Amino acid sequence: MTDKPAVIQVQHVSKSFGGVQALKDVNFEIFPGEVHALLGENGAGKSTLIKIITGVQQPDRGQLFLDGQPTHFTSPREAQTQGIAAIYQEPSLFPDLDIAENILVGRQPAGRWGVNWKQMYQEAGALLKLLGLSLDPRTKARELSVAQQQLVEIARALSINAKVLIMDEPTSSLTQGEVDELFTIVRQLRATGTAIVFISHRLEELFSLADRVTILRDGSFIDTRPMADVTTEELIRMMVGRSLDQLFPKQTVPVGKVVLEVEHLGVEGSFSDLSFELRQGEIVGMAGLIGAGRTNLARALFGTEPATTGTIKLDGKVVTIKNPQTALALGIGYVPEDRKEHGLVLAMSIAENVTLPVLAKFATLGWLNVKGERQTASEASRQLEVKMTGVAQKAGQLSGGNQQKVVLAKWLGTKPRVLILDEPTRGIDVGTKAAVHHLMSSLAAEGMAILMISSELPEVLGMSDRILVMRGGRLTGHFSRAEATPEKLMAAATTA
Amino acid sequence: MITQEPEAKVARRPQGGLGQTLVKFREVGIIAFIVVLATLVTLRNPNFLSLDNFQDIVLNISILVIVALAQTMVIITRGIDLSVGSMIGLTAMMVSYFVVAFPGLPPLLALPLGMALGAVLGSINGLIIAVGGVPPIIATLGTLSIYRGLIFFYSQGKWINAFEMPSGFPELSKGTPLGIPNLILFALLVIIAVYYFLRFSRRGRDIYAVGSNPDAARFAGIRIQQTVFRVYMISGLLCGLAGVLWASRFEAAQTNTALGFELQTVAASVVGGVNIFGGSGSVLGVILGAFLLGIINNSLTLVQISPFWQLAAQGLLILLAVIVDSTILRRLQRFSSRKDR
Repeated sequence: MTDKPAVIQVQHVSKSFGGVQALKDVNFEIFPGEVHALLGENGAGKSTLIKIITGVQQPDRGQLFLDGQPTHFTSPREAQTQGIAAIYQEPSLFPDLDIAENILVGRQPAGRWGVNWKQMYQEAGALLKLLGLSLDPRTKARELSVAQQQLVEIARALSINAKVLIMDEPTSSLTQGEVDELFTIVRQLRATGTAIVFISHRLEELFSLADRVTILRDGSFIDTRPMADVTTEELIRMMVGRSLDQLFPKQTVPVGKVVLEVEHLGVEGSFSDLSFELRQGEIVGMAGLIGAGRTNLARALFGTEPATTGTIKLDGKVVTIKNPQTALALGIGYVPEDRKEHGLVLAMSIAENVTLPVLAKFATLGWLNVKGERQTASEASRQLEVKMTGVAQKAGQLSGGNQQKVVLAKWLGTKPRVLILDEPTRGIDVGTKAAVHHLMSSLAAEGMAILMISSELPEVLGMSDRILVMRGGRLTGHFSRAEATPEKLMAAATTA
Repeated sequence: MITQEPEAKVARRPQGGLGQTLVKFREVGIIAFIVVLATLVTLRNPNFLSLDNFQDIVLNISILVIVALAQTMVIITRGIDLSVGSMIGLTAMMVSYFVVAFPGLPPLLALPLGMALGAVLGSINGLIIAVGGVPPIIATLGTLSIYRGLIFFYSQGKWINAFEMPSGFPELSKGTPLGIPNLILFALLVIIAVYYFLRFSRRGRDIYAVGSNPDAARFAGIRIQQTVFRVYMISGLLCGLAGVLWASRFEAAQTNTALGFELQTVAASVVGGVNIFGGSGSVLGVILGAFLLGIINNSLTLVQISPFWQLAAQGLLILLAVIVDSTILRRLQRFSSRKDR
């Protein structure tokens, strides 16, 4: 394999986003006729690396080589013309165009009067045949299954003579049969000399398909190894192996009575048969990969995506939570994963955001006591040490960490008994992170029951009394603080 | 548009400085435009600055202000109400029939009647949009035609003219018991009510929350459907009021009353800085927007622009106002953020 030059070589590449180092001095190379797996936890830097190779983003430092020549992609289009194609988890076809139009979009064969349709359908048909697909190129993309759409994207990659094909979690929404079909095609492509970068969290898949594997962790390059030489245990260790000393561990408090009981809960299409309980003063960590159904569970408990099966009990009584109003009234708070989308109204002031869920408290006959509102918001913001010019400042002007503090202030104002935190420290700086952890710990000490969803293993391990793991919409692990290790959690999150 | 700026850039903006004060005062651009336009028109025709002319302008925009404020509340929730003109026309017609049929009743009674009627029409819009899930532009485009059609159905194409109306009815808008015409007083009342509603009421806050981030509003336990329904009902109610005032002021109810008025209300809102994509807009801005439209209409006559050109000139000036406004705003923002570094 090493006698030919690498198609793509990435040397000492670094990239940071507003103070967060996404990639640190990463090396990566891929040869023709190789399936190269890229492995790492959520946030390890895989996506950023892919974006640099496909020209979506430019590295801060380091060099990219194409066929041994230094190169520099300023746009995805430029990378594409050099033969680099990417297929993402969610296919990005034009639903109302047919297969042929999707494959040859932007490069339709020209005829005398515009597009030469006959030639277009012939070309598309030939490509489909090459992939062993019996699809009519005149079928609209919206009528295809996800798997078929991915195959159409592969056909598109073939049509630009892709030398490098990047597949970002292509199997996450496919059935086993579809996965097998996809792998057959991937192996065919490999045989013809295409270089394939394959990202997947399903380790067993990688063993059956990949030739080599590169592991990233926290933006750093860990190792590149032949797939045949590594074991599952080694891979997991390389993915998670990091020290836990930077963490703010939870203080131990006596755990009280059960507050929330969830029995056989399910939401069609997201998760099913989930049972667990939450006690006063307890922080339960919820680990798993993105897409495992954890956020859907949180939404079911908060009523934004009500559960379709199973029961929720609060203080032993069965409750039905159909909307957030009910959840709030029952004392359930939810700090959503996406601050900007769900947590804050960025155009509103800090004070207005903090009091939004509890506005009724500041209203007499519907008229607001604006002064009282400001006062409460000031106190809450001061307590959480929000860095601001005043509570009249717009939430959109704050930094990410301070926005998260405002979101926390907002939900704490509802005085919840059960608080669900969804990725509470994602994308915020270390200092704020420690402050959030400290706050969680003292809330638990006051008797609040906390469910913390987090994709960061150190956070889960450091902050939780108990840890639940979800995979593919099911509970696949349940560990006490003492028995949990990064390896066990990762194994429960990635392997069946 | 703060949302689209990179975080780091806006994160630490100190308070103070003229630039900052002006940026916060969103209406600065439109005021500048009004001043320039007024100066130019006065140079051509000094009558522009007379008290009579001023009162004329204010009288002419009173109804517009009332309906533009209704339109603004709808636009803040990311909607639009195209049926306002038809709702005004229909209530004007029905209320006029009522006062003609019962000349003995006090004319003041026409107000609650018109508002109730308008609220019903608005509620129908609200139901179609909030419960039926029909996009506002489609729903109100439909009711625009339906309500206008009902005017014909109800009146059989006949108009109600001044001589048929009881003498007390026109006084409803023209009387001056407090020294200025009632019409202006009604507009002031609505301005104050809407200002307090949007600024200091829970439901008013909900309107902004739903318009600027529906998801976050839902997560905060705000009932989106109710909020949306409510703005269309209020819009109908204010159109009902406007309909009564319209019939009273012009002493007539015609099949084409307030035809095309929706465009003026949208123009007043947008010129006044209301974000057409929802989430923001202020009462002061809308008043200034309506005022600017009034000045434009008034001055085009004063500087003797040919009637054939008036409509085009009006549109041109509106576009100019919006461009000047956004340019000034952007300059000021850049100016103040540059000072940070």
